[in-house]
Amino acid sequence: MTTTSTSAFDGCGAGSSEQQATRPAFLAVYLLLGIAFGFVLSRSEVISWFRIQEMFRFQSFRMYGIIGSAVVNAAVSVALIKRFGIKSVARERISIPAKPLGSGIRYAAGGTIFGLGWVLTGACPGPLFALIGNGVTVMIVAVVSALVGTWTYGWLRPRLPH
Amino acid sequence: MQAWLFREWPWYVAGPLIGLFVPALLLVGNKVFGISGNLSHLCAAFAPGKLEFFRYDWRKAGLWNLVFLAGVLIGGFLAFHGGPPQTVAISTESRAALARLGIHDFSGVAPHEIFTWHALLTLRGFVLVVVGGFLVGFGTAYAAGCTSGHAISGLANFELPSLIAVFGFFAGGLIATYLILPFVLGGL
Repeated sequence: MTTTSTSAFDGCGAGSSEQQATRPAFLAVYLLLGIAFGFVLSRSEVISWFRIQEMFRFQSFRMYGIIGSAVVNAAVSVALIKRFGIKSVARERISIPAKPLGSGIRYAAGGTIFGLGWVLTGACPGPLFALIGNGVTVMIVAVVSALVGTWTYGWLRPRLPH
Repeated sequence: MQAWLFREWPWYVAGPLIGLFVPALLLVGNKVFGISGNLSHLCAAFAPGKLEFFRYDWRKAGLWNLVFLAGVLIGGFLAFHGGPPQTVAISTESRAALARLGIHDFSGVAPHEIFTWHALLTLRGFVLVVVGGFLVGFGTAYAAGCTSGHAISGLANFELPSLIAVFGFFAGGLIATYLILPFVLGGL
C-alpha cells in the first residue's frame, strides 16, 4: 500500500524540496523551528559576548560542552538517518551534499576571518538576530555590516584564492 | 510560566537541543542546518548588483531559511520578554579578566559599555559592532558557513572542509581575544 497515504502533506505532489519548501504549511514549520532555535540560543546563553569571552579564555567548560554535545547529538542523528535510509516528510531521500574541499584555503582563511568577527561581536550569524530579539538593538548595525561583508565577498570572489 | 523556562539552561540540556535542529530540518524538508547562507540570500534579494555570486533564485534556495531566521529573532524576543532580566553568570576569573579590560557592567547579555547605540560612535563600539559585523559577513561567505553550518552540521557529517573551518574559527577567536580586544578596550 505504498501508493496511498494519510500524510497531512498529501496533495503537495512529489515536488522537489525547493518546491515544497515555499509552501505555506512548510514555511510555518520552519518559522516554528526558528522560534524554538532562537529561544534555545537565548537560554543556552551562547548569544552572550560574556560567554564567548569565557570560552576563548578557557575559563569554563560550558561553551565546549554545548557545542560538543550538539555535534554528538547531530552526528548520531545523521548516522541513524543514513543507516536506516529515513526519508523526509515529503518522502524525499535525505542527503547532505558534501562541500568541495578545493585547496582548503577558503575554509582556513574565511574561518579565521569569521573567528575574528565572532569574538568582536560576541555572536555568530544566528545569535546576531537572536540578540536583536533580546533587546540588543544595536546589533541591527552589526547585521547591516555583515550584509556589507557578504556583499564585499561576492564582489572580491573572482580575485580570492579558494 | 515555568520558572526553568526562563533561567539559564545547563550545557547538557542546551547542547543536545541545539544538535536536534540538524535532524529536524533534514526530516522536515531535506534541509541542511546553517544560518549564514541567509546573508547571501538577503544580498541576492535586495542588492545582487551585477555579481555572479548573488545571481540565483534566492526564494527557491533560501526562503525557508529566511523564515527560519525570522523565527530566531522572534524566539529571542520571547525568551527576553517572557521572564525576568537575566545576568550571565560567567566565572569569576572571566569577570576579573574583563574588568582589567575596563568592563564593569555585567548585567545583561552583552556589555552595556560597548553594545549600545550610544557607544557605536566610540572606537570600541565601532570596532566591535561595525568591523566585527563586517568580518562575520565576509568570513562566513568566504568559508561558506558559520558555527551552525560548519561546526555543527559539517562536523556531524564528518566533513574535512568543516573541520578546517572550525580550526579557523578558533584561530581567529584567539587572535581577537588576546591581540585585538586588549588594544581596542584597553583605554575604556
